[in-house]
Amino acid sequence: MGLMARVSTIFKSKVNNVLDRAEDPRETLEYSYQKQVEQLQNIRRGIAEVVTSKKRLELQMARLQQSVAQQEENARDAVRANRDDLAQEALSRKQALESQITGLQAQIEDLAREEARLTDLQQKLQTKVEAFRTQKEVIKAQYSAAQAQVKIGEAFTGLGEDMADVNLALQRAQDKTESLKARAAAIDSLAENPAFQLDNALPSSGDSIRDELNKLKASSSVSEELAKLKAEMGQNSNPGDNS
Amino acid sequence: MIVRILSEGQYRVDGETLEAIKRLDDELMEALTLDDAERFQRLLHEVATLVRSGEALHAEHLTESDLILPAPDTTLDEAKKLFHDPA
Repeated sequence: MGLMARVSTIFKSKVNNVLDRAEDPRETLEYSYQKQVEQLQNIRRGIAEVVTSKKRLELQMARLQQSVAQQEENARDAVRANRDDLAQEALSRKQALESQITGLQAQIEDLAREEARLTDLQQKLQTKVEAFRTQKEVIKAQYSAAQAQVKIGEAFTGLGEDMADVNLALQRAQDKTESLKARAAAIDSLAENPAFQLDNALPSSGDSIRDELNKLKASSSVSEELAKLKAEMGQNSNPGDNS
Repeated sequence: MIVRILSEGQYRVDGETLEAIKRLDDELMEALTLDDAERFQRLLHEVATLVRSGEALHAEHLTESDLILPAPDTTLDEAKKLFHDPA
């Protein structure tokens, strides 16, 4: 059996979980409709959660950008005071913060995609619920219980599938915002704790050789940035030579 | 046949396309079993493209699907979770 057939099987079992069947098919229609309206509320809440998480990350990013500016300022002051050691330290922190900003940017984009996905699903579900409501009224008005049973079959399973789809999308969005929370807390402490460890600022690649090389690269890019900063400030790279 | 792409919508595909989809679908299951994330992603996109070549159903259609494809950005881990923990 292929993957898609398996997913279909899983979804068929979900349909009966998201929509209730009653003895009287016309009651089934009413129950189902109530569930759909609830589902629309769930999806609205889901969107609101994603938006809140996204805002939180954006605020965090603004704070990190302030910290970057602060470290840049520190580095300049240190150069003016001929303290290359301090300037290097400030620039390392600045680069570490910048790499966090890049990571945050990717996460913000990820959440923006989730938001767009859920909004799109919400609009489609709204249309479907409206179509179901119309069919429900027609079936209730025109058919006996036995006939209605047959008539609602397709609409029922079709819509159940849509609702299971929305449930899964909501679950995925929720998993993503959850996993971001832990990371966000770690970044907060990075931005707030002035004595943070530079070793922890570079994310581990899981490969110790790669990690060492990354550190080396980071330290040489700090030296480059320091040289650039000095040139910008009209100092040559030889400390103590500018008096 | 009606094929649904999760978090996207439903499409009506013809028999020939369906055959092609089914062949890739078996490979998709194999990639999942072999834990081959890169191949899984690639196949998922290929199948999605094939499905999209069919006729898109309007949102007001309430029809059951014959086959369901996970959202094209589903990761291998998410797919495993779907099978492992279907509730």
